[in-house]
Amino acid sequence: MIRLVPRAEPSTAWTIATPILAVLLTMIAGGLMFAALGKDPFESIRTIFWDPLFHPQFAGYSRPQLLVKAGPLILIAIGLSLGFRAGVWNIGAEGQYIVGALAGAGTALALYPLEAWWIFPLAVLIGALGGWAWAMIPALLKTRFRTNEILVSLLLVYVAEALLASMSLGLMRNPEGGGFPGSRNLARWEPTANAELIGGTGMHWGVLTAFLAVIAAYVLLTRHIRGFHLRLAGQSPRAARFAGVEPNRLVIFCLGVSGALAGLAGIFEVTGPAGQISIDFNVGYGFTAIIVAFLGRLHPVGILLAGLLMALTYIGGELAQLMLGLPAAAIQAFQGMLLFFLLAVDVLTNYRLRLGAVA
Amino acid sequence: MSGIDPILLLAALMVGSTPILLAAIGELVVEKSGVLNLGVEGMMITGAICGFAVAVETGSPTLGFLGAAAGGAALALLFGVLTQFLLSNQVATGLALTLFGLGLSALIGQAYIGVRPPPTPRVDLGPLTDLPVVGRVIFGHDFMVYVSLALVVAVWWILRRTRAGLILRAVGENHDAAHALGYRVVLVRLAAILFGGACAGLGGAYLSLIRVPQWTEGMTAGAGWIALAIVVFSGWRPFGVLVGAYLFGGVSVLQLNLQAAGVAVPVELLSMSPYLITILVLVVMSSRSRTALGAPASLGKAFHATT
Amino acid sequence: MTGAALLSVEGVTKAYPGVVANDDVSFSVAPGEVHALLGENGAGKSTLVKSIYGLVQPDSGRMTLHGQPYAPATPHDARRGGVAMVFQHFSLFEALDVAENVALGMENPPPLRQLARRIAEVSQAYGLPLDPGRTVGHLSAGERQRVEIVRCLLQNPRLLIMDEPTSVLTPQEVEILFATLRRLAAEGTAILYISHKLQEILALCDAATILRQGRVVATCDPRESTARELAELMVGGTLQTPTRETAEPGAVLLEVRSLSLAPANAFGTALRDVSFEVRRGEVLGIGGVAGNGQDELLAALSGERRASAEAIRLEGRAIGDAPPPERRRLGLLAAPEERLGHAAAPDMTLTENAVLSAAARMNLTRHGFLRWRAARDYAGRIISAFDVRTSGPGAAARSLSGGNLQKFVIGREVLQRPEVLVVNQPTWGVDAQAAAQVRQALLDLAAQGAAIVVISQDLDELMEIADRFAALNEGRLSPPRPARGLSVEEIGLMMGGAHDMETAHVA
Repeated sequence: MIRLVPRAEPSTAWTIATPILAVLLTMIAGGLMFAALGKDPFESIRTIFWDPLFHPQFAGYSRPQLLVKAGPLILIAIGLSLGFRAGVWNIGAEGQYIVGALAGAGTALALYPLEAWWIFPLAVLIGALGGWAWAMIPALLKTRFRTNEILVSLLLVYVAEALLASMSLGLMRNPEGGGFPGSRNLARWEPTANAELIGGTGMHWGVLTAFLAVIAAYVLLTRHIRGFHLRLAGQSPRAARFAGVEPNRLVIFCLGVSGALAGLAGIFEVTGPAGQISIDFNVGYGFTAIIVAFLGRLHPVGILLAGLLMALTYIGGELAQLMLGLPAAAIQAFQGMLLFFLLAVDVLTNYRLRLGAVA
Repeated sequence: MSGIDPILLLAALMVGSTPILLAAIGELVVEKSGVLNLGVEGMMITGAICGFAVAVETGSPTLGFLGAAAGGAALALLFGVLTQFLLSNQVATGLALTLFGLGLSALIGQAYIGVRPPPTPRVDLGPLTDLPVVGRVIFGHDFMVYVSLALVVAVWWILRRTRAGLILRAVGENHDAAHALGYRVVLVRLAAILFGGACAGLGGAYLSLIRVPQWTEGMTAGAGWIALAIVVFSGWRPFGVLVGAYLFGGVSVLQLNLQAAGVAVPVELLSMSPYLITILVLVVMSSRSRTALGAPASLGKAFHATT
Repeated sequence: MTGAALLSVEGVTKAYPGVVANDDVSFSVAPGEVHALLGENGAGKSTLVKSIYGLVQPDSGRMTLHGQPYAPATPHDARRGGVAMVFQHFSLFEALDVAENVALGMENPPPLRQLARRIAEVSQAYGLPLDPGRTVGHLSAGERQRVEIVRCLLQNPRLLIMDEPTSVLTPQEVEILFATLRRLAAEGTAILYISHKLQEILALCDAATILRQGRVVATCDPRESTARELAELMVGGTLQTPTRETAEPGAVLLEVRSLSLAPANAFGTALRDVSFEVRRGEVLGIGGVAGNGQDELLAALSGERRASAEAIRLEGRAIGDAPPPERRRLGLLAAPEERLGHAAAPDMTLTENAVLSAAARMNLTRHGFLRWRAARDYAGRIISAFDVRTSGPGAAARSLSGGNLQKFVIGREVLQRPEVLVVNQPTWGVDAQAAAQVRQALLDLAAQGAAIVVISQDLDELMEIADRFAALNEGRLSPPRPARGLSVEEIGLMMGGAHDMETAHVA
């Protein structure tokens, strides 16, 4: 029988080792899953984790994709991680992402065909505001009525999706689009194009913002009293009150920041890689970012690495779909598995495993 | 409005409510034991595809429902092992369960897109079905409608009237005290989690086998989350769950009928309405005091016997 | 000891990683005997009784009950063997009613309706009135203990274990409890009585086993011993009693006027019209049974909960609605009862825990950015000034023993040189040496001109250090009176006497 013995202090070594262990375990379990689907497990794993970066034929296309995909994941996950650290559970980032994109894109489209340099910055600002405002709904309901923010933020995702459908079929539809759903292409319109900053790297304004967010979050959490209070509130709510933290302000702050960052991710995506508002321009970054946040152990640097890793599984997954006919759903299950293994091995950080008889 | 037949609407309400009712009554038991499982959506969709696959392969809807219960419980077991033995965070694990369940079900479901499941027969209640109005509204449904109602009564009876129910409530109320008195907190909770998973699985299968009936990816569309909200709405009382589920079933059936009848309300607004109304009800319920509503005091807290 | 032993414990040893909780412990209890298990916090009393109640399995040693080998794997086995236990932190369920609570502690309870009748009968017979239909969350601490005792009595125990039962009772309620226990003993029930309160043991027990650092250091007859002898056996040396230079109290620093506050939750206590003042150099002791508004009073004073501005004045300034950081800046500091999770964050380092309440007063931030080096230095100062045993400022709070963490928490506030310091249960669960250090630190602070409010359930402690004494009872504060010369009787009445059972129908 295995017993868990609490450690006097969380183990620093295991804090770093557990995500790596979780990735290895996921590769093994995922390999078994791929084998069960009749694919060569080694080839599948190699296609997902190696080929996007080093395949002589495909790497040229897929390497820049790494930053393109990691950018929004990191941006959203950084915001979520602040809340998760404080015990504020925003799981509706997908909705805030959509609304941010709609708000920003809507502003830009309303100005069409004006040619002005300030349209892009304005759209970005309005995008952040849109995400922020959408996140304020659960925040205000939580602070005023103690309504569970998990349920409200999540339910609002479905509302946002309905809103997106309505917009891309109605108000924002491209009048010159021949009746097809979807808006004008913002990436191909000079005043809003969120183009690559350095050719061939995939680096666009959103990726840059994500990197800045990583640095800002790091400074906040390790150097600033506000970040200290945020961590304190998550670990010991009563001690936080004793220290003088106002729980309501913290809820507003955490949901506000994560909403705004998700909104930013949305507007950068819709003016760049996605190009237009369409009924399914969102591909679930808001949900995958939850995995990224946990995989990165809610630490900014960890999230940076986890975002890159998760982006790799996306691109590798597409490659595996193309080359091996691996179903897209298998990649989704694979990502879910990763989170499971991480949560499972997490126990090693705070507990020692001991073999011994228990009566 | 002429296109809507009130009797058919009420009958459809019972069918439309059953998936949420099943999932919510299971989650109620889980939460009563002090565990918050946010993976209802994932367990429902897993149940939906497991039930669908088993029913299609065997031709038996009954076996399908059993398979759905097993599938939901299997996923719940994963949650139980992680949260109860490996002491992982319940919120994070529940979310993981949902994300994983969505992927897994899509994977299993690939072979079943466009397939029609074997029909689930209606229960023949003889003369009752022939009663005017009531006959068509209440009697003459498939057996799962009655199973779900029986489950509500059974859960109420067990929680209120039996020692097992008393122990379950005690564990949810104060796990340290329950442990000090010699009750196996972890095992009680594991049993509740499995029950919750099985119920969510049944709810999902009801969608894929009866309500829709076919398999599409992500077909639960938030029903699991609404079930979680209904548990809050109910004040952790079984009959409150029944009222809540039927209320929300009513709203979604009504909005679908309104859409079909071509009422002059934007379709998107109608399809948002179940979610918006859920939020509204959550707000109303949560502005009341927590304990007065019967929320278990240990809800969501991890238990590790230190001695 | 007379007759054959009911329970005998031979050579029981139980080790946890890093600590031997019980080391070769042996003793025995005869039927009808009230046997004291005496020792400091951390001496191993709790582990030992948990072994007897089946919650912990000893590593070695053996026990016999009724002459039969006895090795309970679970509390169910213990109860079947006729062993019952009243816990220090009650094993009760607040949202359930009395009858349900009793049923959960029994092996084969009758149906609830029948059980309710038997609860009424037994509680009448022993003078412990209880309404089986009431929700436990609404009961006072004394009534809750009655639920636990009645739960035990309904099972006709041969051995009743009582873990620190009087810490939640008024002196009058203690008398009633003792009468009940004596009657049970006279009926042949053996009682294992765990305490560190010497006077009680002298008054009640027939035999005493004294534990120190997990070992039995003595077995004696308390009727033939003095409190001093027992204390020295327990502590393993002579104890220094705190000393103070008596000074004339100065100007009023803290003034509380008609402070009222609604309860924070359904089972909380409301503060009703609380008024008092504390002067420079004075220690005000606030006694009372647990759950009568102590936590609420501390929260109102620390700023965790806000009252009307006028209700609390610090040096004449209305601060009743000010948040905690502002109160700290003005010189009002507090140390809550719960060390882990309230006064300190368990998983954070001592440096971080120093920042928790000292950021503003000790200049540990600049423009909102943390000065970690200054924080580490401050934590280090607390550690050395208060003799905190730890590996250093980088250690997690939860890795410290209760006594050392308490010294750190008190030290963190004292070294900030407060004008007014409010502490709740400053020595609860702390070993005698650390307790003496904490009390001395509070007295020294008062001598330097601070005003101190000590909220405590330990009357001996309050009588030792307080200049004036007041008691909290159901959220009301009695008018403070000079502590010197107060009799136990008077204190008991200030605490509310024997709650709703003035007439003790004890046979």
